[in-house]
Amino acid sequence: MDLQIALLLGQDGITNGAIYALLSLALVLVFAVTRVIFIPQGEYVALGALTLASFQAGKTPGTLWLLLGAGLAVALIDVAGSLRSGSRRRIPGVMLWNLGYPAAAAVVVLLARPVEWLLPAQVLLSLALVVPLGPMVYRLAFQPVAEASVLVLLIVAVAVHLALVGLGLLFFGAEGSRTTAFGDASFQLGSITVTSQTLWVLGSSLFLIVALYLFFGRTIYGKALRATAINRTGARLMGISTVLAGKLSFLLAALIGAFSGILIAPITTIYYDTGFLIGLKGFVGAIVGGLVSYPIAAAGALMVGLLEAYSSFWASAFKEVIVFTLIIPVLVWRSLTTHHVEEDE
Amino acid sequence: MKTVSGLAAESILDVLDLSVAYGKVEALHHINLRVAPGQIVTVIGPNGAGKTTLLSAIMGLLRKTRGEIHFLGDRQRDVEVERMVALGMNLVPEKRELFAEMSVEDNLLLGAFMRHRIGFRDQRETMQDVFGIFPRLKERRTQHAGTLSGGERQMLAVGRALMAKPKLLMLDEPSLGLAPLVVREIFRVIAKLRQTGVSILLVEQNARAALQIADYAYVLETGEIALEGPSQQLIGDPKVVQSYLGLGGKH
Repeated sequence: MDLQIALLLGQDGITNGAIYALLSLALVLVFAVTRVIFIPQGEYVALGALTLASFQAGKTPGTLWLLLGAGLAVALIDVAGSLRSGSRRRIPGVMLWNLGYPAAAAVVVLLARPVEWLLPAQVLLSLALVVPLGPMVYRLAFQPVAEASVLVLLIVAVAVHLALVGLGLLFFGAEGSRTTAFGDASFQLGSITVTSQTLWVLGSSLFLIVALYLFFGRTIYGKALRATAINRTGARLMGISTVLAGKLSFLLAALIGAFSGILIAPITTIYYDTGFLIGLKGFVGAIVGGLVSYPIAAAGALMVGLLEAYSSFWASAFKEVIVFTLIIPVLVWRSLTTHHVEEDE
Repeated sequence: MKTVSGLAAESILDVLDLSVAYGKVEALHHINLRVAPGQIVTVIGPNGAGKTTLLSAIMGLLRKTRGEIHFLGDRQRDVEVERMVALGMNLVPEKRELFAEMSVEDNLLLGAFMRHRIGFRDQRETMQDVFGIFPRLKERRTQHAGTLSGGERQMLAVGRALMAKPKLLMLDEPSLGLAPLVVREIFRVIAKLRQTGVSILLVEQNARAALQIADYAYVLETGEIALEGPSQQLIGDPKVVQSYLGLGGKH
């Protein structure tokens, strides 16, 4: 391996690592707020990418039907619940977000011919279809068992993962897709070529990380999510409902997932089940951070990306094995260094 | 405001025939309790009498098995924490439940979360009022809540609840684990809060301090109201003196 190859692999590793970092942040967020180990995180990556690819191919993405169906299910459950408890004032809001919004999205997708749109508009429309699935999935799968043990939540997460992968196969078929790059330009940096897509991935990841940092540090809703993660009872007593916090964290996770998928779709072929492996690599990063630390999770995910890139050079057949084996020393190290701290107050 | 027949129109809180059970074990039996506007009402009683259970059931943290809760004159059919907070009821729990890894300022700000959600944007001014009541919190405002002393934590817990501008403030054992001087300071503040118009339901083991500042008192024993009356009357009641005030009551 000479320097040029090392730099190329490094560039590859950092690009993938940036995506894993975003996913690891989403996983830490969801776990901290809801205690769900969010296995389906990667499915949002695939759904985001494949939805955009469908638009570019002039097809109607199946995620539209998923959005309509999930919205209808949520609306039925919530309206029935409101009628039973006699609190009718919530019904208009429920109808608007779960029936009105998907219907409006359907009108746009079916009538406005997004295939002719500019890329940024297509990206926004893809996000508009996939991101609302986050809170809907929370409402349908996790809210009814919100107080269950971490293990039960994990099992539900696996079920959601399997369901979404199956739906992905149904909607998009078994063949993979790529989308057009955000730009064609490339730059010469010393001896290596940096494509503009790489810069897009890095820039967008960095932007999202900073935006998340500001959201959690500066806004009252971000602080409310942190508060729920720190002390659920305390947060409820402030009127921060567990449901609101759960939906908000799932919304962010879906946004991060779908956007990550859209970022990497031009450089990797995405299949209906690609998201799982990508999500798992983000999960390895999140584990490095102990599912609590955002910066360590991001650093761990970056490390996973680099490890993957370099191991694909030396032992490409074992690339995944090497990456996932990383969990073992990390867990040993964490179990030796972490002491359980009582957090009574 | 709707009124319910048989209840005084201007009640803040009316608890009628409330029972709560943990599984099959009933912890509270047929509790009746009332808080009038601007009043400080205290519930005293020994450990395990069900005082915390009572507050948790009123707040919606626990499900009641029987009974009615009327807040601001309206019967609350689904007592849910978030809803009660939105209506103006706030609980300072026994364990404080602060956000340990967040600053004092952020803890206070989150106290006003529901007000913010409903559309009020007066958090900055309310925080100045709270700093006026607890100047110590202002000195510590950038510190993490987890680094505060016991007394400061209690101040922060009360201050955080006040950020919601509650109509009914419920305090669960505010003197628990605090040094006597700090207890006196906390009770001085509670007595002063009455002037701001907030009604207070105070649960205490420190019966003497509670009776001194309260208008009306209930004695809770093994899940039942054993005794009730104006606190001045209970201070003189031989039963109360013997069980809860001890020899010190003579001084």
